[in-house]
Amino acid sequence: MPKEVTDVICPFCGTLCDDLIVTVSDDNKTILGVKNACAIGAEKFNHQRQPGRVKRPRMRQADGSYKEITYDEAIDWTANMLVKSRKTLMYGWASTSCQAMSIGHEIAEKVGGIVDNCATVCHGSSLIAIEDVGVPSCTLGEIKNRADRVVFWGCNPAHAHPRHMSRYSIFPRGFFTVKGHKGRKIYCVDCRYTDTAKCADEFIQVQQGFDYELLNAFRTAARGEALPDTVGGVPKEKIYEIVEDLKTARFGIIFFGMGLTHTMGRNHNIDIAINLTRDMNDHTKFAIMAMRGHWNVTGSGQVLGWQYGFPYAVDLSRRDQARHQTGETTSVDLLNRSEVEACFYIATDPGAHFPVDAMISSSRKPTVTIDPHINCTTEISDIHIPVALVGVEVGGCAYRMDNVPIETRKVVDPPEGVLTDEELLTRINHRVDELMAKGGQ
Amino acid sequence: MSEFIIKNGHVFDPVQGIKGDKKDIAVKDGKIIDKVGSGAKVIDAKDKTVMAGALEVHAHVAGPKVNAGRWYRPEDKHFDSHKKPGITRIEGGKSIPTVFKTGYEYARLGFTFAMEAAMPPLYARHVHEEIHDTPIIDEAALPVFGNNWFILEYLKNHEVENTAAYIAWILRQTKGYGVKCVNPGGTEAWAWGLNCLTIHDPVPYFEITPAEIIKGLIEANEYLGLPHSMHLHQNDLGNPGNYKTTIDSLRLAEGIKATNNFGREQVLHSTHLQFHSYKGTNWGDFESGAKEVMDYVNKQKNLTIDTGNVTLDETTTMTADGPFEHHLHGLNHLKWFNVDVELETAAGIVPFIYDPNNAVFASQWAVGLEIALYAKDPMRCFITTDHPNAGPFTRYPRVYSWLMSKKCRDERLHSFKKADKVISATNLATLDREITLYELAQMTRAGPAKCLGLSKDYGGLAAGMNADIAIYNINPDKFPSDGPEIEKAFANVAYLFKDGKICVEGGKVVDMGHKQTFWVDAKVNENKQVMHDIREKFLRYYSVNENNYPVPESYAPHQHIIGVDATKA
Repeated sequence: MPKEVTDVICPFCGTLCDDLIVTVSDDNKTILGVKNACAIGAEKFNHQRQPGRVKRPRMRQADGSYKEITYDEAIDWTANMLVKSRKTLMYGWASTSCQAMSIGHEIAEKVGGIVDNCATVCHGSSLIAIEDVGVPSCTLGEIKNRADRVVFWGCNPAHAHPRHMSRYSIFPRGFFTVKGHKGRKIYCVDCRYTDTAKCADEFIQVQQGFDYELLNAFRTAARGEALPDTVGGVPKEKIYEIVEDLKTARFGIIFFGMGLTHTMGRNHNIDIAINLTRDMNDHTKFAIMAMRGHWNVTGSGQVLGWQYGFPYAVDLSRRDQARHQTGETTSVDLLNRSEVEACFYIATDPGAHFPVDAMISSSRKPTVTIDPHINCTTEISDIHIPVALVGVEVGGCAYRMDNVPIETRKVVDPPEGVLTDEELLTRINHRVDELMAKGGQ
Repeated sequence: MSEFIIKNGHVFDPVQGIKGDKKDIAVKDGKIIDKVGSGAKVIDAKDKTVMAGALEVHAHVAGPKVNAGRWYRPEDKHFDSHKKPGITRIEGGKSIPTVFKTGYEYARLGFTFAMEAAMPPLYARHVHEEIHDTPIIDEAALPVFGNNWFILEYLKNHEVENTAAYIAWILRQTKGYGVKCVNPGGTEAWAWGLNCLTIHDPVPYFEITPAEIIKGLIEANEYLGLPHSMHLHQNDLGNPGNYKTTIDSLRLAEGIKATNNFGREQVLHSTHLQFHSYKGTNWGDFESGAKEVMDYVNKQKNLTIDTGNVTLDETTTMTADGPFEHHLHGLNHLKWFNVDVELETAAGIVPFIYDPNNAVFASQWAVGLEIALYAKDPMRCFITTDHPNAGPFTRYPRVYSWLMSKKCRDERLHSFKKADKVISATNLATLDREITLYELAQMTRAGPAKCLGLSKDYGGLAAGMNADIAIYNINPDKFPSDGPEIEKAFANVAYLFKDGKICVEGGKVVDMGHKQTFWVDAKVNENKQVMHDIREKFLRYYSVNENNYPVPESYAPHQHIIGVDATKA
């Protein structure tokens, strides 16, 4: 008899929906169906049973083909690489559990690694801005229960966080928001008319690259000062009108995404968006939140935070001190300068997201990739070690985009003999210990 | 497990009334015993001071706001952030140390237990992840209740039994230890950008006052008979003139008796009292209200307090008092962090520099010391810095030096740029009292242990108690008169025993011990009403499902569960 597992957490995006129902075969091996998930989330579970999944480590041969090796061989090779390298980039972590990260950090501290997560090419600029000016924010339930003005700026949850709007930000009825969508005014600021813009009451098309100027104009308008006729392609009358409307909110929220973090101005865009939010708190209650992408990238920042005091790009290569400096200890810069001697990738696919030059640099170094699937990075690695899917085949803690921690659930067994991230990292850690005891370094 | 005999030390133990007499302490299997065999390892404590491990009654050391403080303040790692000798991991941060540093530093100071003072239930897993990673010391965490919708709704109708049932449920879900209440009603008001500054200000929508919340939570706490009492951060923190609201709040405990099986006598613990003992109407005519507040506290036997001593450092303020942090940001314009937590609470963070050249900060420093020096019963007054709000806990040795040496604190007082103003705004210059080593053991060991309901195992050196022992390089017969010397002696224990194992030796961490997480499991009668309300609130208002709310066992692998039976209450 197939059985249903309820309250399953979706390991896809930072929305971290926790109401999925997954139907599992009697023998706990196959997923038969997924309810409540968005199309991407459902696919994440369906991947589990796809034919052709790699179930044993693979080592690249001289001719470019891959040969299956044992876990023991892969672990030994990896540990040797880590111990030999004086500076190893240990990047990824955004799709694994906090417990696995913790073991990874222990290894990094011993071998002198640099631990970085995908914030480095994502919301890193938001983190820089928060390091500069702080951030007034809230949990997603606050938005559901209180928010009557919602601004989406440079983000497109309709595609990137598909259930965000129905669970938290546009449609749900909450304690003080009994009218749901009808009681909220939704703004969308973007340079393109996105599918999120279609859900908004008002779409404000900002000229590409003029987000900073427009945010600055909002702050200016909020203080009742004069504006030029248009800012970033938006007429001043419109700006005054919107700002007055935001001031009359009972509870307002700005959500922002890559449209702010990776356009002209970068961290300065976030900085001024936060300052606008701060200003609005002189009139009413206002919050702002980054639309974090990977389901547990926030968790990586948290674990690094409590262990070393920085949210990403943590350089442990001195072994007696943790350092963090954007541009210096960040992955892309390290690779571009060819400053690391080996690469260790886990639970993220830099090959798909890093600039080409950085990956060319990476491909020339000893590289190990730990990932359940074949991806762009595994194909330029010396070793690919497959692992169980976290959130599907093994549980573990994850942090939602609002930093709320949720323990993900195991719904099916991993393929026979496939290790979890935690098991694999523990064994690498032991092997590193053995090699170092022998005087590896 | 190995046996030890600690010989010839000057023992200070309020539990047995030992005031510096030379006495041997025997240790076996993690406990203090009467006698050990001849094979026991001898620790020579000649000319040294021997006390039980200290207990931290109120500090922010683990959880979402502490961690936000860490990662949004990279500059805090500019100070004292590196690996130290011993088997330690990299240590980082000054005012908000990383979890590793937190554990090591407490141990080096002679602490063996710390209470995380504010756990938002929705973030309980995060708190426990950090507690799990904090080495050596035992820890527990207090969930916050003062702005929780369930509590507001039950107490509006004075439903104490339902309140108690809900508290019991939350303690189990979050692996929590007791009842914390921060700015009652004010933090819920803050969700709309408002606040409650007196205990009679109505909470928007919920039609209840802070006074009703405070009293109701005390009653629910005693209904359950929890090991710790209600733990209160009053309304109107940090504002001139607030001492009246403070005394009004404390009065709510009058006539209520402690009901518990743990030897606890107080029904209300009032925390970081320094921040709540101000007279005057603005920062210009600001004055100390410590005397007025402590006169009241000294009379009321069912109260305990902790000080919240300002250490005059650059630090990071953080509290579930969201509106206060917004207000503070308005004063110093440094970076402001805020999180509102659905149905439960909020938190704010602002870095803060207590500049000794500023008369107000120097006066706050004096007020904190006055609180401790006015305390008639050291078993009811505990030393804290409300870490990291008034200063980092690593400054305890310096606070001790100010309290234990009049010379030392007068030197500091008279060297302030605005010393005249500080002296006229406070009473510190008139106080001659010097806290003794025995009183220090009461204020940092036996007192907090009793207040937390842990006096059976913690805070003393009697046979049968935990072998948590701190040995300091202090000869009481030649007690140092010099501030820095006192500080140095308390900053690095000669030995720290945790559960009978040496974890720190000569200031160096040599063992990670066997850290435990404490939580309270209170049994109550089945309460259909409360269970129905919980179901409903999760279905309709929370952003997580009820089944994903509890903290799993794996987060507290070494848990110590204190059971309480309130089914016959």
